[in-house]
Amino acid sequence: MSTLVIVDHGTGNLHSVEKAFRRVGADPVVTSDPARVAAAERLVLPGVGHFGQAMDNLKKHGLIEALDDSVLRRKVPVLGICLGMQLFARRSEEGDVAGLGWIDAQVVRFEVQDTLRYKVPHMGWNSVQQKKPGRLGAWLPAAPLFYFAHSYHLVCGDEGDVLLETTYACTFPSAVERGNILGVQFHPEKSHAAGEQLLRGFLAL
Amino acid sequence: MFRPRVIPVLLLRQGGLVKTVRFGRHAYVGDPINAVRIFNQLDADELVFLDIRASREKRLIPLDFVRDVGEEANMPFAVGGGIRTLEDIRRILSAGAEKVVLGTVAAQDPGFVAEAAEAFGSSTITVCIDVKKKLFGREQAWVLSGTRPTGLAPEEFARRAEARGAGEIIIQSMDRDGTMQGYDLDLVRRVADAVTIPVVALGGAGTAADLVRGHAEGHATAVAAGSLFVFQGPRRGVLINYPGRSEVAFE
Repeated sequence: MSTLVIVDHGTGNLHSVEKAFRRVGADPVVTSDPARVAAAERLVLPGVGHFGQAMDNLKKHGLIEALDDSVLRRKVPVLGICLGMQLFARRSEEGDVAGLGWIDAQVVRFEVQDTLRYKVPHMGWNSVQQKKPGRLGAWLPAAPLFYFAHSYHLVCGDEGDVLLETTYACTFPSAVERGNILGVQFHPEKSHAAGEQLLRGFLAL
Repeated sequence: MFRPRVIPVLLLRQGGLVKTVRFGRHAYVGDPINAVRIFNQLDADELVFLDIRASREKRLIPLDFVRDVGEEANMPFAVGGGIRTLEDIRRILSAGAEKVVLGTVAAQDPGFVAEAAEAFGSSTITVCIDVKKKLFGREQAWVLSGTRPTGLAPEEFARRAEARGAGEIIIQSMDRDGTMQGYDLDLVRRVADAVTIPVVALGGAGTAADLVRGHAEGHATAVAAGSLFVFQGPRRGVLINYPGRSEVAFE
């Protein structure tokens, strides 16, 4: 049985992520123990809250080395969710701090011209546009809607990393895939059947 | 395309679900956990639970209840009722809720909204504004289950909450509560247009068309209701229900 580790870095509630993986038949371990992360065969990096605080917490728990080792050297599949995906980037405007740097991307705040129409945070359901087949792409149902809740979004330096795009005030990457590194801006764990399908896809990689 | 959330708001009183009319006349509508199970099956977007007596009774919404909802709910949910400290929020979030709803405390201790947003992130902090217009009086925000006026116009309350870091505002018309006569669209629009954060319309929705209007004409980012999702038919028989996506045709 391959171990699925949900990385607990102390921001936000991991309850719904854990529950969603159980619903699709996984038996995840929720932990902040670097040794467990270093031994994981599949990683989930969730997260809500503040980018700077999340990076601080990863450092505080001694998780950065374990994550780098698992993801970059052992090439373990990793799924970042919401802030968890943003942490893959080189840098974020939120706190103006460096991220994990696994993908060539920056995290910026939504810049909205039409403030009557587009409120920030972007909170609600939205559609996605697939930009490349990807390995995870095969698991997308037709015309899915996903649940979003975020004020910052990725800007990718390498367009080839973008799996899905979404439009809200601007068009931004709503999912990235680069080898074993996968990230979604939305919350699959709160996106009913479409989200569950995607989590199944991640488990099948 | 962006699709607004459709949110059932469920009121808790002594362990049961109730529905009010203009904040009075509490009708018992059933067991909350059973309701969550039905909303799961109906793929509800999000749920809000409010313990309507908590602030007045100077206590927190029971954490066992939040935990039970957290175990059951497949959708995000927000919880409000008697929250006064950061520790209250931490306990509610770790019991499984995604968001907390601040009402009375947001009016009495505005600095607390800022502390909460700083500690847990803006998208976790929702401020609920209950609005009532007295005969010959002016429209203003009320707290403590609508028993105490704040002296603040709803737009002003909303702007202050936004400035302190709230991630979302629920604007509730007490006058429309339980009437199912449609939202106070003018109120919803004034508040929605006054801020740059999402505004959720609440109070008065009686049909799926009302929900659509809340977004199209009220400029609400999400639309919420109580009676619409717990009653059925002209005699208001209790029946938990939730419209399918095709039944609420947002533009």
